[in-house]
Parts: sequence; C-alpha cells; structure tokens
Amino acid sequence: MAEGAGEEKKKFSIWDLPDVPMGQLLPHLELQRSRVSCNKDAPIHTESIQYSGAYASMGINNSSRLDRFSNNFRVEVVRLNEDDMEFDMIGIDAAIANSFRRILIAELPTMAIEKVFIANNTSIIQDEVLAHRLGLVPIHVDPRLFYYLSENDQPNEKNTIVFKLHVQCKRGSPRITVKSDALKWLPNGSELVKETRNAASDSSSKPETYTYFSCSQETIPEFVKNLIIPKYPDIIIAKLGPGREIELEAHAVKGIGKTHAKWSPVATAWYRMLPEVVLLEDIEDDLAEELKSKCPVNVFDIEDLGKGEEQL
Amino acid sequence: MEHGSFTDNSAATFSLTDEDHTIANAVRFTLNQDPRVTFCGYSIPHPSEARVNIRVQTTGDPAREVLKDACQNLMLMCRHVRCTFDKAVEDFKASNAVKALKIDSQDSSGDDSEESE
Repeated sequence: MAEGAGEEKKKFSIWDLPDVPMGQLLPHLELQRSRVSCNKDAPIHTESIQYSGAYASMGINNSSRLDRFSNNFRVEVVRLNEDDMEFDMIGIDAAIANSFRRILIAELPTMAIEKVFIANNTSIIQDEVLAHRLGLVPIHVDPRLFYYLSENDQPNEKNTIVFKLHVQCKRGSPRITVKSDALKWLPNGSELVKETRNAASDSSSKPETYTYFSCSQETIPEFVKNLIIPKYPDIIIAKLGPGREIELEAHAVKGIGKTHAKWSPVATAWYRMLPEVVLLEDIEDDLAEELKSKCPVNVFDIEDLGKGEEQL
Repeated sequence: MEHGSFTDNSAATFSLTDEDHTIANAVRFTLNQDPRVTFCGYSIPHPSEARVNIRVQTTGDPAREVLKDACQNLMLMCRHVRCTFDKAVEDFKASNAVKALKIDSQDSSGDDSEESE
C-alpha cells in the first residue's frame, strides 16, 4: 500500500511538495491499481492495470521488473494433505495464477486406461460404458516413469500398464458388485494372444500378444515393492447378476487432460483473490464482541486498548 | 508464424498454433510490463481451432525481439515461482513435522485455529 500524504489539487507543480512520495502512486490510485473492491452490486476495478505506461503522465513507471517481482513474491502454504492443498501466492498477477490453474487441469500428464480388450462381457453394462468407466479410474503411479505412446510405437513396458479384470457371478449366488480392487496388475504384459494369419509357424516360440514387453515391469526399481493399483479400491465399476461374467484386459497409457478429462490429475483447481477486510471506523466494546462472534471463520481479533476498552 | 510488414519491424501479429488462453494471457501480461510496448493483445480467431494471434506494437524495437524478451521474462518468473513454491512446501512440511513432535511430547492436543482468510 502506498504511504504518504498526496494532495490531489495544486496550482503549482506537484513535485515541489516536500511530502509527496516520488515514484509512488497517490493512495486512491494505488487502491485502484492493486485491489478489487466489492461494491453492493458488483466488484469494481477487476481488470488489473498491467500496461507499463498506464501512469506515464504522472511520471510513475508501472512496468514490473523481474527483480522487484522476485523480492516481493511470497508463497505461504495453508494446508497440505495427501489429497488436497491450499496455498497463498502474494505478489503475483491474476493472469499468471490463471495460467497455472489451466495448466494444472489440462496439461499435467497422468496414466489412465485407454484401450480395453474385452474377451467376454455378459453383464448388463455395455462394453463401451464399461470401458468408459474403466478409463475414469485413477491409477496410483508416477507418470514421470513412463513415456508417451504414439500411434507408431509398439506398446511396451516403458509406455503401457496392463490390468486384467476377470470376475464372474455363479448361478444361484447373489448379485456381486465389481469394485476397482478387482483390477489386477500384469507386470509381464498382455496375456491375450493375437490371432496371427500364419497359424502353422512358430508353435514353439512365444505367442504374440497385444504388448511387447521386453522385461517384466516388476524389475523396474520403483515398482519392486509398490504394486501398481488403482488409487481407491472401492470404486464401483459394474454389477453382475447370477450367471454373468466379465473378462477383459485394460491398457493404461500416459496422456494430458486436454485430450480427455480422464487424464487430468486434479479433481479441480481454482484460485481466488485474497480477501482483505478494512473497517471504516473504530468499533469498540460490546459491538466488537458481537462482530467477532458473528464471523464464522474467526477473522476478527480483539485487542485491548489498554484503558480497559476493547477495540477491534 | 509472424505476419508483419517488411518495412516496419516494430508492429507484428504472431500466430501460434496449438495454443490457447493459457499461454496467451500470460505472454500478454509480461508483454504489457515491458516499457517498450505501446500495444499488445491476443485473440482467438475461432474457439474450435487451437490458434492464437498475438499482436505486438512497440516504440521502435523489432516486435519479435520484444516478444522473445517477454517469453524469457515469463520463463524466469515461472522459474522463480517454482523455487519459492518448493521452498514454501518444504518449510511447511518441516514445521508440521516439528509441530507433530511437539504435540506428541507435550501430550496435549494443542489446537491451532489458523485463520484461513
């Protein structure tokens, strides 16, 4: 906030005044530049004044140089759990914050199931619906360990994760719910055999499957102890009645949220401006207590004035 | 792709493919901060097509240099944000670990009502 007393109207040059701070904006202009005010009907001053020459007629340089930004910028983490995080960025503009938000949602890679090879599906859930639901299941793995799979590549252990799902509900037993913990990781690659034209040849060599793993994924150091499993084991994928069966193989690849929302790593990400409450007049005593108790988030704090009065 | 004129270097429109508001708004912000720029803006000709036009007009310097500098500034800004963020997360984790130890040792439930606003 700009300090100092600037006087708006003078007949002589304003620079002659001894107490006008050189190079700083007058307080009401600084308020306009740096704060969004919430009026009764709508917020005002929402567009940030980015233009470097905005205050050129007053001789004030609005261009923000990198050193000033580096000095003033602070990050304060408010909350950090495994599943969510809240932090304050002070000294940054809404444009950059929004870019970060958009990148978080759309351009961070994750792994998600993309191709589903269905061998048998006699359930009431259609194939495509089942495949869609499988794609949305989050997988607990670090996507940085994998490469992207393009159309020309062959699926191998560096760019694909293979899961298998084989559930059946016997006749006479009650309906079962297929949850995401039924997805079993196959570290050795696909087990479905491709149908090749020349069936006569190489009955001795390994049959060709849908992936070309040269080594088991279990040998990769990060996966030695941690199995690759869906992040939450209790996501309902399908329900099976008696006598029904689902047998399928799912391949997960790396992608970004822009292509399909299943690859978005965040449930959502949002930002808002940090609110600042300015009391226009001093509030004392009982009114102060009442105001403090009314606020549900405990924003206000009461400090003693020393004479026994209390002031907010 | 740059659409400019051969005689006047200081004003040009840059057409970026496969981009959207994410980078265009950020670049426009850093361009605005540059004192050599008289006008800058971006537009998206059609929302179904991933293309952004960034218009830069400067006070004499060639527009593509100014754009390059703005991108560089943006990169440095983001790098600084990243460092500050990493440090803040580490500090938070460290202070939380210390708090957890203190709570365990004192054997009391110290409730820190943090003001989140």
